[in-house]
Order: sequence, then C-alpha cells, then structure tokens
Amino acid sequence: MGSNSLYGPIDPAEDAGYDAPPPRMGFFTDTSVCIGCKACEVACKTWNDVPDDGFNLLGHSYDNTGGLTANSWRHVAFIEQPVRGSQPFAGQPTGPSSVPATNVIAARSAAPTGTEPGIPPAVDALAAAATAGIDFVGGATSSGCGASSGGAAPSGPAASSPSSGQFLGMPMSDLPGKSAPAPRSDFRWLMMSNVCKHCTHAGCLDVCPTGALFRTEFGTVVVQDDICNGCGYCISGCPYGVIDRREGDGRAWKCTLCYDRLGDGQTPACAKACPTESIQYGELDELRERAAKRVEQLHEAGVPEAKLYGESPDDGVGGDGAFFLLLDEPEVYGLPPDPHVPTRDLPAMWKKAGLAALTMAATAVVAFAGRRR
Amino acid sequence: MAEAHPVGFQWVIEAKNRGAKVIHVDPRFTRTSALAHTYLPVRAGADIAFLGGVVNYILSNEKDFREYVLAYTNASMLVSEEFQDTEDLDGLFSGYDPETNTYDQSSWQYAGQQDEGQEEEDSHVDRETASGLEQESHGPPIPADVPRDPTLQDPRCVYQVLKRHYARYTPEVVERLCGVPQEKFLEVCEAWTANSGRERTTALVYSVGWTQHSVGVQYIRTGAIIQLLLGNMGRPGGGVMALRGHASIQGSTDIPTLFNLLPGYLPMPHVSQHETFDQWIDAIRHPEQKGFWSNAKSYAVSLLKAYWGDAATEENDYGYGWMPRLTGDHGTYQQVLDMIDGKIKGYFLLGQNPAVGSAHGRAQRLGMANLDWLVVRDLYMIESATFWKNGPEVQTGEIVPEECKTEVFFMPAASHVEKEGTFTQTQRMLQWREKAVEPLGEATSELWFFYHLGKIIRERLAGSTRTRDQALLNLTWDYGEDEPDGEAVLKEINGYDLTTGKLLSSFTEMKPDGTTSGGCWIYTGVFKDGVNQANRRKPGSEQNYVAPEWGWAWPANRRTLYNRASADPEGKPWSERKKYVWWDAEKGEWTGDDVPDFEKTKPPSYRPPEGASGVEAISGDDAFIMQGDGKGWLYAPSGLIDGPMPTHYEPAESMVRNPLYGQQANPTRKVYQRSDNLTNPSPPERHSEVFPYVFSTSRLTEHHTAGGMSRQLAYLSELQPEMFVEVSPELAAERGLEHMGWAHIVTARAAIEAKVMVTDRLTPLRIEGRVVHQLWMPYHWGSEGLITGDSANDLIGITLDPNVLIQESKVGTCDIQPGLRPTGRELLKYVQDYRDRAGLAADHHTPIMTVGEENADDGQQ
Amino acid sequence: MGVKTWIEGWPVYRQLTGTDPLGRGAAAQSKKSKELQPRTETADRVAKSVCPYCAVGCGQRIFVKDEKVVQIEGDPDSPVSRGRLCPKGSASLSLVTSERRQKKVLYRRPYGKDWEELDLSTAMEMIADRVLAARDATWEDADPDGKPLNRTRGISSLGGATLDNEENYLIKKLFTAMGAIQIENQARI
Repeated sequence: MGSNSLYGPIDPAEDAGYDAPPPRMGFFTDTSVCIGCKACEVACKTWNDVPDDGFNLLGHSYDNTGGLTANSWRHVAFIEQPVRGSQPFAGQPTGPSSVPATNVIAARSAAPTGTEPGIPPAVDALAAAATAGIDFVGGATSSGCGASSGGAAPSGPAASSPSSGQFLGMPMSDLPGKSAPAPRSDFRWLMMSNVCKHCTHAGCLDVCPTGALFRTEFGTVVVQDDICNGCGYCISGCPYGVIDRREGDGRAWKCTLCYDRLGDGQTPACAKACPTESIQYGELDELRERAAKRVEQLHEAGVPEAKLYGESPDDGVGGDGAFFLLLDEPEVYGLPPDPHVPTRDLPAMWKKAGLAALTMAATAVVAFAGRRR
Repeated sequence: MAEAHPVGFQWVIEAKNRGAKVIHVDPRFTRTSALAHTYLPVRAGADIAFLGGVVNYILSNEKDFREYVLAYTNASMLVSEEFQDTEDLDGLFSGYDPETNTYDQSSWQYAGQQDEGQEEEDSHVDRETASGLEQESHGPPIPADVPRDPTLQDPRCVYQVLKRHYARYTPEVVERLCGVPQEKFLEVCEAWTANSGRERTTALVYSVGWTQHSVGVQYIRTGAIIQLLLGNMGRPGGGVMALRGHASIQGSTDIPTLFNLLPGYLPMPHVSQHETFDQWIDAIRHPEQKGFWSNAKSYAVSLLKAYWGDAATEENDYGYGWMPRLTGDHGTYQQVLDMIDGKIKGYFLLGQNPAVGSAHGRAQRLGMANLDWLVVRDLYMIESATFWKNGPEVQTGEIVPEECKTEVFFMPAASHVEKEGTFTQTQRMLQWREKAVEPLGEATSELWFFYHLGKIIRERLAGSTRTRDQALLNLTWDYGEDEPDGEAVLKEINGYDLTTGKLLSSFTEMKPDGTTSGGCWIYTGVFKDGVNQANRRKPGSEQNYVAPEWGWAWPANRRTLYNRASADPEGKPWSERKKYVWWDAEKGEWTGDDVPDFEKTKPPSYRPPEGASGVEAISGDDAFIMQGDGKGWLYAPSGLIDGPMPTHYEPAESMVRNPLYGQQANPTRKVYQRSDNLTNPSPPERHSEVFPYVFSTSRLTEHHTAGGMSRQLAYLSELQPEMFVEVSPELAAERGLEHMGWAHIVTARAAIEAKVMVTDRLTPLRIEGRVVHQLWMPYHWGSEGLITGDSANDLIGITLDPNVLIQESKVGTCDIQPGLRPTGRELLKYVQDYRDRAGLAADHHTPIMTVGEENADDGQQ
Repeated sequence: MGVKTWIEGWPVYRQLTGTDPLGRGAAAQSKKSKELQPRTETADRVAKSVCPYCAVGCGQRIFVKDEKVVQIEGDPDSPVSRGRLCPKGSASLSLVTSERRQKKVLYRRPYGKDWEELDLSTAMEMIADRVLAARDATWEDADPDGKPLNRTRGISSLGGATLDNEENYLIKKLFTAMGAIQIENQARI
C-alpha cells in the first residue's frame, strides 16, 4: 500500500498528505467522572447550530436523545445497573431488580429522532439488556404505543402485543416489579458521553465517494456540508454507527471535533463546557498517557473494572482519536466490542484480486468526477 | 449537587480525585449518588432523626473536637434550671401555649438570664414576621456574661443538655425512622468524625430543599451543631454550604425584596415592636450585647439617608416616620390567600412564575384570577400570565375567561446580557455583569421599569401635601434620563461619606449621626477606593486558591465566615495542613489566605474590661463575632420559634405516628386552616391511609425551576421532554404502574398526571416495621412552552416553617394510581372524593398539639 | 476565477499532484473548510458576564457581532467555574436569542379572551394609574389604637431571584416609600 495504508497504526494526518502536520488532537472521555449533565450535548448544538432531536420521553433512564444521530453529535448514555455479585442492601426491603427489563422496554418506546435512516434510540439499552442476560427479540423499532398513548386506561408499551417484541430468558420475563421477588442488590448508574471516534482508519472517510469527508491536519475526520451529496455510503462505512443523515436535509452530519475552533487553537465546545473534565481534549499522545495513569489510579482506588476503549493503535480501526475510559464492557454502553474498519481487508483483496481493486479505484475516480456536477 | 449545581460539583470531583470520601444522603438515587462513594436512601422528612443520630454518636463516643468546642462554642454555658426538654414533655419544650401554638421562651435562656427570654406575644409576632431571617447576618440577642462549667460536667451545661436531648437518637432509632440500615449509618458517623479535627475537615453541603420543610431551619441547625462539635466551622474545607438555587437568590435576601426585611437584614418596622425610631434601633442592636451588631444605628441611619437624602434629618428621625409598618404575616402565601379573598388589587410578578413555582398552584392561579390587575414581567410567556386562558382551572371551569376580571399587562424583560448589574452567588460573592447588547424589542430591565414607574408616580403626586405622599416625594430618585446607571445604584448601596462625598470603604466607617449614607451596610466596601470591586476579574490561575481578587464577597470581601476559628485560641493554625488565618505575633496582626474575620490587631490574648459592650466586649478568642456571646451555638437560647435544639417531628403530612414523641409535627408550624388549603390527615388523625405514599419533588439538571428559562428552549426541552414520576419497581407492582405508561398522583389539593419511570433509583424503606414507598417528581412543568405537563407544585398545600415562613414542599403524602387523571369537572369530583374518604370536610382543622393523643387509627383496630 | 485557480480548486487535480493521492486529506478540503473561522474570533466585542441560572455564579463571556449575541461560553478566568458551564448555562445563547422571546408589551383587558398589543409608554402610564388608585383605595394611616401604619395592602409583588441587587434595591426603595409592604421574592420559596 505504500505510504497510504488502510489498516494498522499510522499518523493519519501525514498519511493524508499533510506536510509536518500539527500533533494529532483528540478526546479522552473519562466516564468515571461523568455526571450525566449533558452540557456536552447542549454546548455542541449551540456552537454547531445543530437542530434539536425532537421532544420524546424515551424511558431509558435519563437519556431522551437516544443515540448519536445527525442531530446529536454528543450523546450521553445512562445505564442503571445492579452491581453484580454485590450483597443486598442490608435491612432493605427486597424486591426484584427492574433495570434490564426497563431498558428493553425503553428500547421499544423509540420515537422518531428526525434523522434518516435514524439510529434506533436506546441502542445502549439493548446492550445493557444483553449483558444482563436478557434476550431481546423483535428489534428496536417503535411499537407505536407508549410515548404517544393516551386515554384514561393505562396502555404503556408493556401492554403492547407480544409480536412487537418479547422478553425471553431469565431473570426477567415480565414487567418491572411483577416478577417473583429477588434480592435487591446494590446499584450503580453509569453515564457516558459518546461521540464520533475520529478513527485512525475512518470507514466513513474511506468510502466517501465525493470527498465530502476529509482528514484534517489535526488527524480528525470532518464532513464538509458544502460537498456532501447525501449518498449515505458513509453510514454503512462506520463501524460505530455514528454518522447519520439528517431528515429533510439529506446530508450526513457528525462531530467535527469543532474543526473551526481547533484551527484557532480553541478547545471544542463540549470539552470546554464539561463541568467535571470527563471530556478532555488535547494531543492524542498526551491524552493516552494521561488515560493510562487514570486507569492505574482507579485500579489503586479499588475500581478494577476501569478500562480504556479505543485507545489502542492496534485495534480494528487503528485506534480512535476519541477514546474512552469505561467502567464496564463496551456493549453495556452501546459500543461495539471489537470494531473494524470495513476497508481493513482491502490490501488482502488487492493481492488476491487486482481486478476487483482496479474496479473499485475506477469507481472512486468516477465518483470524484461526478462531484463537479 | 451534581443535579442542580453541576459546575460546582467539579470541586467535589476534584476532592474525590485527591482522596476525599463522598457520602450522599437523599430520598432517591441521583446523579450525585452516582458519583458518591456511599449513598444512603433516607425517608423524606426524617433528616433531624438522621443528623440527631450523628450528634448522639459524637457525644456518646466523645468524638467532639474538645479544644475547639470549649473555646468557640457555648458548650460550657449553663442553661436555666427551668428549662424542660422534649424528652421530658413528650415532644414539647417548656413554655408551650396550645392556644397560640407558640412558646414563652424565658425558660430556654442561660442560667440567670430568664428575664431576657421572649415572651409568647413576641414569639407570635416573630413567627408572623419570619424574624428568623434577620439572623442571616448576625446572631439573635443574648447577654454577654453567662455562667459556665469548663469541665462540661454540670448537668445544666449545654454539652450535657445536648447529650441528653439526643441520647435516644441511636443507630437503631435512625434505622427505624429513616430506613437507613444501622451499619450504613455508622459508616457515615465514623467517616465524618474520623475526617474532622486538627488535621482534617469535613464539609456539609445541602441544597435548599432543606429549607422547604416545616422544620427547615432546624434541619440546618442540626447540621451546624455537628459541624461545630467536630470543629469544622470557619475552617478551610469545612463549613455548612447552602447551595442556593438561583443566580442572585442570596442577593435578594441581602438586599431583600421580602416583606419583613430591609437591606442588610434590618427588620421592617412593626407597628407595636418598633413604634418609635429608638425602639426600632434598640430592637436591632440590644445595647448591652457584644459584637458588631451594636453599631446598628449607624447602619439604619445610613439606609434612611440613602433613601431620603437631605430630607432625612435628626429632627425627623431620618424619615423613620415615613416607613410603612407591619402588623403580622404579609408573606407571599398570606398574600395569595388574601387575593382569593379579594383583599388585594394589584400584583407585580418580576421574573417569577408562581402558577408553577409556588406551592399550591391552584390557589396561586385562583388568587391571580381575583385581582384587579396583574403585571407580569418576563423573558417568555409564562403560566402566570396566561392562567386566564390556559390554566388547569379553565379546563375545570373554575376560571372562565369571559368572567375573569383580572387585567393583565405582559411586559417583556431584558435578559442578563442586556443589562448591567450584580448577582450575589451562593458564597455571598457579588459579580458584576457587563451589558453586552441592547434589550430586544420593547424589553426593559427591572431597573428601567421601576425607575420610570417611580418617576411617573412622583410626577403625578408633585405638589401633594398629603402626609402619605411625602415619603415618595422626598425620596432620592434621580438615576439619569433613560436607563439608570447600574453603577450609580451600586454606589448608593455602598454608601458615601456625606461630608466629603467619598465612597465608604467599610461598614465600620458608617456613622449614626446622618453624615454617612449606605443602602445596604453589609455591601459597604463593594465600591472601596472608588473601584467596582464586584467587577474585578483577575484570573483564578493568577491568585491563591481563595481568589480574593475575583468579585467581592460580603462582609469586607471575606470568603470564609468566622475564619478566626481556623486558628486555635492562641491564634496558631490548628495544623499546618489546615492553616488559613492566624495571628502574626511579630507584626501584631491577623493574617492568612483570606481576610481575617476579626479585628485586625486585636490579639488572641485580649480580654474585655468589666462592663464592656459592643465590639469592645469581643474577647480575643470569640471567633463568632456576630453572635451576642461570641460563640457558636450548639444550643440556641433565643432566636428560634420552635425550640433551642432540633427535634425530630414528622412532616405536616406523614403516614407514620412520630415514633419518638407524642407531639407529631412541629407544634409551632405556620398553618392556614382553610377549606381551600386542607392538609392530608396524619396520625393520630384517622384516614392517613387514603394518602399512603411519601412524595418529594426537586429539579432536574436539564431544567430550571418553573421552566420559564428552560421549557422554552429546544436544546433543554429535548433532554427532559415530559413530566414524569419516578417509582420503585415494588411500588409499580403494588399499584399496577407500567414503565412509560401514565399515572396520576393525588393529594387533598389536586390530582396531576405524569409518565411513569420505574427505576431502582427509588427504593422502598422499612419504617417502624412497615414498608414505606416514596415517589419523586420534578416540578418544572406547566401549560406554556415547547413542552407542557402538569405541575407537581399543584399537589402541595401551604404549611410553613415558623422561623422563616417557607413552605413545606419537599415532603408530603399522596396516592398514585395508574392511568390519566380525569378532566374537566370530573377532576374536581375526583379530588373531592379523596377528601371525603380522608375525612377532610371544608371546615376540617388539623390538630396541632398532639401530645397525649391516642392514634385514632390504632383505636379502631 | 482563472483557469489555473479553477483547476487547482478541483480535488482530483490536487489529489493527483499533491501528497494525498487517495484524496482523503488536504486534497479534499473544500474552500469553505479552508476559510473556516470560529465566530468567537470574528466577534466585535466580548462582554464579561455571569450565568443567570443557578447560584454557583459561573463566569460567562458574551460574544457580540453586529450588535447581536453570537455565542456565550464559560469564562476560563473564573475561579468558581474555570470556564465550564452546565447544560442550562450552555443553552444561554438560545435563552437570550430565541425567537420565542416576547418582544412586545401585551395587554389582556378585563374579561378579554385574547392578548392585545399595547404601546410601552401607554402601559407605563396605565400601570402608574392603577398603582396610585389601588394605593389610595386601600391606604391605612393608623391601626385602631392610633399607631401609625403608613401603608397599603392593596398591592403585592413577587420577584424572581434572577433580579440584580441594584434592581432589588430600587424595587424595595420605591415600594417602601409608596407604603407597599407585601413585597416578596423567590427567596421565600
């Protein structure tokens, strides 16, 4: 592949043709200090003039924007979680733990987010449910009741027909509070501000036929709204399900890591607002060092579950420009456990089938030419 | 704190990262709990039982910081032999009169001082006028010389009185009352005491939900007692921190728009207590008392000079005769009931939305519907401006637009960037705001509105010889042509030396002879050296951690009050680690990181001469210089309506009989017994089971109070788009509530509907052997804005704390049922049916004194 | 636009001639991207302010361009907030610039079914009329024992706690001189 690789550890800015680029910049989101205030969501929208995501009570804890969409470039996930293996709270009345089922119900109450194709809200809930040992059948589409139900008779989502989804497996097979009593365990509430990962090998960018997506000198990945024609290839190219098209606009939108602010030496809006420094912005190398120390500190402080996600240059996307410190498995937060850039296998394909590769290159040229329509 | 003050919470996170242990006690698991090391669910309304348990732990294990307690608190002072405790009188202190529901406080005094105590009549007046608020800046009156027992062994000394009072508040009792497991409770006690002393301090942080109880002041008192016993007051990293909820709510008490106060916590004149100027002055300064309050005449005269300028002379008592007089309770809730009764003609709402934000929303709206005129000034269209067409009572037919006479003026208000001025934040710090742009459209500031309203009124009255108009005509009222100059007003507040025309630099320069002016004595110094000190913005990174050159804090730019206590009696820091302010013997002055809260050159060894009073009487180790005896009060011999020591009373609405005393609830709470303000029955009354659950309300991070500044904004509305109620899975099962389905909540006042959020963040508690369910609601919703919903405050009745007349809105009883509430007339019938079942006839009177009352329900069984 | 500029503006040209043959970086950068400037940088002036929501008192910087507020951000100099803002503080820009803000004086006459517009100065005169009338109709000189009262209980006021100290000062001063005592604030609530 020469100097332009599609896989493995590289400096993406240099790789994208910048001579002596500035240090690669990124985010380190430390979820262990996130208070779920959502200042990041608001600061991002205020700075970037992003539309609201609709007013829908999703029922997934305090998350009402549902996920990263064209209209939410930062998204705070809330996971209400029994601490596994903990002792019941002594002296407390016992009762079933509702959380996983609650989360799954929430997933079913999904309302339109005003984006296309739309990221199912409460994907995190599904993940949470999955890790809690609940199979969820029926998908995360709106069941058409719940949020919009009215009338004097209660008709919450749980009253919906089994065909719209049912819970299989244990421990929960019924509504919160309706199952056989089980000991109430200790409890924690995880919060995480999710964002575009600005991958070293960005699937969205690699498949973009128009050049709308580009790598900045800071190593970040930005969609240029004056170029994007809304083809949507980038959506399937993203291993994290981040990039999304805006309804009525058609173009793809996502976090730019505040490219305009970076150029001026300013901190991105979300990181600047974040009250507890859960979102930290800086040179990626320095952030990685800081993050490693933070993990060590937490381990010493009796938080052995603290781990980094997306910081390794050896992972399937060559490391993320925006990485995280998590307190549980990635799936719990709605993050894929082992993301891979779809173009990972390209070099192998080149060797095996040059023709296929040539065709692909030709397609790319045609696409560029088509841009100047 | 993480919920309502997220940016302030950064300091908690910082402390946590440095090794501090964070403990959170709250009826529900919040975003604060999520970040705490330990979370304890507690029954709403049982905080004194919890904190009293901590006091008991400290005293019975002698974990107090003894040197500090002896030197800086009133622990050693002897209490009158006539004093009888709630432990002796089944929940009442000595002196209770069941006729007026107030105390004759003479037996609460220190030994030999019984005559100083408040008599019943005064006590009654003090409740009506919320006199507790006057003590924001100083202690209540108390004589300086009191007999003491430094060994703390005398059974009448405060230490022993306190110990007996809380002896029954054992971990077992805490568990029974609060639902907190004993071992969890002891974990808190051990952490708190282990982390206090010479080397370490613990901070107690409360949010002002604490004030919204019928025993709210006593909640805070209990916290203060603990912090005094552990030596955490006046020291870095210690203290009791009130997280106030609004940009300048501290400012609006300092320079009050409150019926009972004048700027700087001077009392509004009362018709009988302050008939003459001298009576008013003496009532404030108490001539024989210690401390800075003895200069009250200087502060009072300077205020009158600021109001009436040259027209205020010694001959006319500086205009005191022009001041209006109070005769009782003129608070906002009394006003609302008077509006319903047709006694009030006009009402100004200035950036305030009582239709959603005040207790008993229905009473608020019905009151507004019975005015002649209403002026609403706000940024956005709010519920209080549209009650006549969009309020819930329009749906029930109680308000018919064609029949509602109230004339309404809606005036758009300037936003915070469209006017200059100061906010006083929660640490008493004033910060100046520069004006960025002109107000939008016809929007105007309150400064503009009141200046011009005053100008028009004065023009209309010009030449009037009526006595009643002289106060207006003689008022100094010249602030320019169009928009008043904010700095000119701040300078008037700061005050001048009228002989030289120079701005005062400290309240100590104020004079009682009319040669100085000053609109709020505690703010004097904000324009020190002719500089707007509130507008100082030296970056925090360029100063020490106290950051004294950012903004300006009252009094005298002190950031930590009573910081003399950060040094030992000899003036040395208690420890190197916790040094803050200390005595520099070489230079002969107090020095340190902060402005010392003590006379700069008075040495620790100073002892007042015989018969001294005022500032001279403050001893070199009297760290609490605004208190009448210079000491931090573990026991309050005066100043509180409801007792010298906090005592667990049940909330005004509870389904539990007070497990500790025959007296069920605060016997001095302020009640308005009216057919439109019925209280849900509590034991020993019958039928408390009609409202079997405890509810509490509070804020969400994503919204602001009554929603006028958040439900209008898309970026905030989308984050919390609908009214909801949080219930535990257990309660959901008990009532058949479904996650994201509808439910409605009912009290004797109203029924409201909300979406159900089933969550483990709420947990049932075991109280007195029975399971008690609590539910929680945010109170942000109303009928206007991008997102609308029923208002939680509609559920709440009007019962007030006797000291400050703030409503009990953080705890009540209710029922919850699945499904939407009825609408229209049916809704009224539905609520009436609950009242009928609860035995609440229109003339129902809730018993106040319940000592000796059998539990009526038990009698039935 | 000359031909050379046009050609150089063509990404494929840049891609083939530059260091970015896959066209994912410098070559793909559009003119708009190249010329991006943050509006905090292009503002005419910056006012120092304080967040109007809670009592923490976070510092705010108000960026103004063409007499309009274009951005509100935390003030990093503030020792209280260190430049940070919560979601409400971060929404301050919408708070002050929202289209939903009321810009006109509105009037609802007695028994009226809808709002009418009213001129600001007319409204001021009408309010002054009503204040004076209410005051005269409910004036109390003295109590039954002849002790002076000097007051009216016909007028009430309830203020929010986003009022400035200076505003509260004038409000209390005017109402006190007027004899109106029922002056209250969120601080009671």
